[in-house]
Amino acid sequence: MKKLSISMKRRLVQFLSALAINLNLPGFINGNIYTGQLKGICVPVLNCYSCPGALGACPIGALQSSFAARGGKVAYYVLGSMLLFALTLGRFFCGWLCPFGALQGLLHKIPVKKAKIPNSVDRPMRYLKYVMLFVMVIALPLLVRNGVDMSQPFFCKWICPAGTLEGGVPLAIANGAVRSALGGQFILKLSIALLIVTACVLIYRAFCKYLCPLGAFYALFAKLSLYRFKVDAHACIGCGKCAAVCKMGVDPVKTPNSAECIRCGDCIGACPVNAIGRETPFCSRKNTKKENVE
Amino acid sequence: MRKETGFRLLRTALLTAAAALTVFGLMNGEFQKVLQKAAAICLECIGIG
Repeated sequence: MKKLSISMKRRLVQFLSALAINLNLPGFINGNIYTGQLKGICVPVLNCYSCPGALGACPIGALQSSFAARGGKVAYYVLGSMLLFALTLGRFFCGWLCPFGALQGLLHKIPVKKAKIPNSVDRPMRYLKYVMLFVMVIALPLLVRNGVDMSQPFFCKWICPAGTLEGGVPLAIANGAVRSALGGQFILKLSIALLIVTACVLIYRAFCKYLCPLGAFYALFAKLSLYRFKVDAHACIGCGKCAAVCKMGVDPVKTPNSAECIRCGDCIGACPVNAIGRETPFCSRKNTKKENVE
Repeated sequence: MRKETGFRLLRTALLTAAAALTVFGLMNGEFQKVLQKAAAICLECIGIG
């Protein structure tokens, strides 16, 4: 039996994760969303809770709705959950479990000429996702309030492509009432989603790199997460293959636990001397078997 | 070595805080609030509201 490469393993896990998180499949046909008790559980990935299949709650959506509610409350349960996710597996969720991340990976496989973004543009743009987190997700819902002391989920309402593509489009197709209520706001959101989709075709994981507030939150704690990568400095021969294969623009030798690393493991597969390994407080595992990158 | 110890201490403190926040939130009935919001179609999220 042919051994699966690390990329193939990851694609399989991504597919299973997307399925598990969106297992309410009848919702896509009925045009309804799941309303059971599981919906109170925050999932560790960006997955709109208005997706007909979604079984859990999007933490970014839940956080904003709490800030936007009357009184502008902090959702300690949501914040605590997000912190637990960040400090345990962190951006591993981005690289292996996020359905929208998986979609971006697939979009990038479309065979068109890819955009080459110079470092002088790419590096500053990486900070945009922190603006999304601190301004659109946190500050605006807390500060911009109407006459009855309520606000709106700014990131969800104006930017989030997951809401449009996972929630809006499937519901518009299957639910007549939703379809009849569509207007300018939907066209605007759809246009933004299509722009992001186009960017993802041209640039690997453009949304993850530049816009995702959940990725930004996990990135803040990247150096502290329990699941980490470690480079054996004695074994490393400085060939640069790990940096060359990294599609997130990380040099694992210089910054093995970079805020931009989504723990995809491609660098582990590319290293010819198995110098890069995975590390948790419980064990330190070098790549003793060759996990090839496709 | 000192840096690693510092990271470990900080991580432990943050993990404890995260667990405490989660438990506090659950005891405050926030699970039901999240459930209430997530179990209804978010009109803003899908581009209607």
